[in-house]
Amino acid sequence: MTTDNKVSGTSPRRATSSSIGRVAIARLRDLALLPALVALVVVGSIVSPVFLNPNNITTILTSSAALALIVLAESLIIITGKFDLSLESVYGFAPAIGAMVVVPAVQFGFGTEWPVWAGSLVVLAVGGLVGFVNGFLVVALRLNAFIVTLAMLIILRGMLVGATSGRTLFDLPDAFYGLMEVTFLSLPLAVWLAAAAFLIAGLVLRYHRLGRALYAIGGNPEAARAAGIRVERVIWGVYVLAGILAALGGLAITGYVGAISANQGNGLIFTVFAAAVIGGISLDGGKGTMFGALTGVLLLGVVQNVLTLAQVPSFWIQAIYGAIILGSLMIARFAGGQVQQ
Amino acid sequence: MTHGAESDGRVQTRSSPPIVEAIDVSKRYGATVALSSAQIRVMPGESHALVGRNGAGKSTLVGILTGLRAPDTGEVRFGGELAPPVNDREAWRQRVACVYQHSTIIPDLTVGENLFINHQPRRNGLINWSTLRQQAEEVLARWNVNVDQSMRAGDLKVEERQLVEIARALSYGARFIILDEPTAQLDGDEIKRLFVRIRELQAQGVTFLFISHHLQEVYEICQQVTVLRDARHIISAPVAELPKDRLIEAMTGEQVHFGFADAVGRVIPPEAPVALKVERLAGDDFNDVSFNIRRGEIIGISGATSSGRIGVAEAIAGLAKFTGGSITIEGKALPSGSVPAALALGVGCVPKSRHVEGLVLGLSVADNTTMTIANKLGPLGFISPRRRGDVTRGAIERLGVVTEGPEQPVSSLSGGNQQKVVLGRALASQPSVVVLIDPTAGVDVKSKEALLAVVENLRREGKAILVVSGELEDLRTCDRVLVMRHGGVVAEHKAGWSDNALVASIEGISA
Repeated sequence: MTTDNKVSGTSPRRATSSSIGRVAIARLRDLALLPALVALVVVGSIVSPVFLNPNNITTILTSSAALALIVLAESLIIITGKFDLSLESVYGFAPAIGAMVVVPAVQFGFGTEWPVWAGSLVVLAVGGLVGFVNGFLVVALRLNAFIVTLAMLIILRGMLVGATSGRTLFDLPDAFYGLMEVTFLSLPLAVWLAAAAFLIAGLVLRYHRLGRALYAIGGNPEAARAAGIRVERVIWGVYVLAGILAALGGLAITGYVGAISANQGNGLIFTVFAAAVIGGISLDGGKGTMFGALTGVLLLGVVQNVLTLAQVPSFWIQAIYGAIILGSLMIARFAGGQVQQ
Repeated sequence: MTHGAESDGRVQTRSSPPIVEAIDVSKRYGATVALSSAQIRVMPGESHALVGRNGAGKSTLVGILTGLRAPDTGEVRFGGELAPPVNDREAWRQRVACVYQHSTIIPDLTVGENLFINHQPRRNGLINWSTLRQQAEEVLARWNVNVDQSMRAGDLKVEERQLVEIARALSYGARFIILDEPTAQLDGDEIKRLFVRIRELQAQGVTFLFISHHLQEVYEICQQVTVLRDARHIISAPVAELPKDRLIEAMTGEQVHFGFADAVGRVIPPEAPVALKVERLAGDDFNDVSFNIRRGEIIGISGATSSGRIGVAEAIAGLAKFTGGSITIEGKALPSGSVPAALALGVGCVPKSRHVEGLVLGLSVADNTTMTIANKLGPLGFISPRRRGDVTRGAIERLGVVTEGPEQPVSSLSGGNQQKVVLGRALASQPSVVVLIDPTAGVDVKSKEALLAVVENLRREGKAILVVSGELEDLRTCDRVLVMRHGGVVAEHKAGWSDNALVASIEGISA
């Protein structure tokens, strides 16, 4: 009873003639944000003569590094067809726990006073563990990823506020600021780390079977399963990896700010999603590239910088920031000829 | 409209106009003709059977009769009057309803709410729940449906669900009801009860169009039959005047014979080793299935959609679990329900639906083709673009995929070419056992020919091939065809079977 199937039997000639354009558009989508980025750079150099100054470029890169790592984490999850809202809490929770096992009780630590290297490992382990639990809930218990990670976001935020009694951790051991204070070629380690992470992720997504598996799972999990991809295991692994990357991002912002407040990362997830989506990562899963996500991060970084240089009153920055995100989406839509979901 | 129901089968000679009539309707989808000058006349009070093989045009005709699709040419008349325009759903609902195989009720609402979806009784603009409950009870009582209106509709059994859907249609005022394979999901006793209800409703003046793959049911419940084949109307006649063999002949007609693919006269050397051994296999919808396939041999499994044939194939491909028995590939036991294990042992599979398990539509031809061998295209799981391109171009050439190249997204390929990519994916791992589930479903004739030619080449290469299909053309390539019904193998046909004998065996009647 499937006469309808005949609909798909259209002539192959017609199907292929339009496909050249389609492939080209798919490539173009990666570059869709570049016009917006260029426009902003032009605006920035008009607004302030120091905008193109190397020091200012360094500032933009440095302030974007932490966001870059967490956007990378979220992009991997979205490409796999899932969500992880809890990354913004991991961003504060993981470095805080890592710091609290190191610093003495008088500085609001747990009193364990572990060595600094162990504390650094704890940061990453906490990120990985949260990802593991998220993966368990989403994959093994088949709960809805959106709501599971929303609950996790609230739990972790609450645990951080509870553990620190809402206080800010400062005067941490130097290692916690290392990602920002150690520099190479005058750029902090965090920038190199983020760049390397994007490069590796980009290569793996393009040229490694695991990367292709993410796209396959995000595009059609049933087909991926039928092709022998261990869908559950891969999704679970991506959650763990994303947790670790978010923890690294948290460590980077800790170095940037010089302290860990109880609301570190609070509300950041909206910016993360904005960067990923304007960078061409489809919320439906299975689509988007690391290059696109990176342009999304840089765009937001440049916007922040230009607004600061233009001395926009700080009370208005948020509203303008939001408007620019919308504007970028529209530019990307027309430049790429593709709807950004 | 109170004609005697099972009268003499010559209802159409009466003077009253047909309750529904399609005259010369045609429908095309792109290049495909789904229906060509077809006609049907259903007289009030009769049960009219609509039969034909897959792709004969039944679904399209039902779509036109229910107003879901407008015919390109021709017209539909209800009681002699021209059918309402397609967008006037309310008017159509008062004339005709179709009870589909898939449920059209909303499972989380009550039975009562389902009966009055979007036309709930209101008072002062708000839904009047007490009236709704009361009216629902009246509707169910009037049509003798023994179901509590406050039940959650999703908890109904298939049998009850069908009756509720019929009652809903009748409550709109429709007296012409299409039943689309109503018995496919019912067991023997339920079928008997359904037929009793159909006769009762018929006596109350309801007319049925009955679609079934089980021809004996047509003889049991219907007075008139219309046969479609290849999008055309073949015959309409009283059931009593059309014996089974003539009915089957009308359904199958003259087959297109693919000379290169016919297995008649082919001899598999007895010393050819057995590549796939299935012993007493049991699972969700099949039980005690055993067969062997030698290298260079093609075995077919056919049967109705619900016969369990797809379950057997999916178990062999690792797509579904089996609960009993064993599957042995080249002497090694296959664990239950693991695609990676099946791939490693050398099983390649074309799954039943290319859109569900077959393809990731947004990805390229290369991505889809190499998905099963992504771990073999370079060191440490990295995929060498050159090797990926080579493998894909090899598959494109071998299978004759019409495409711009490896990087074209499969979503922009035609159905036939998409299916070739699915086959390419199955063959990429160089399997020794190839499982093909409905391999030519929904593809055009030329692609079908090409796909079957590939199957024959695979056989010559010495692969063991399992073709699981309801299409006779697919099965003609097989050395033997096993027929399944209710989860068990009920018959075996050697190559050279006549269409009539095989169809009769599939439909469960002795011809």
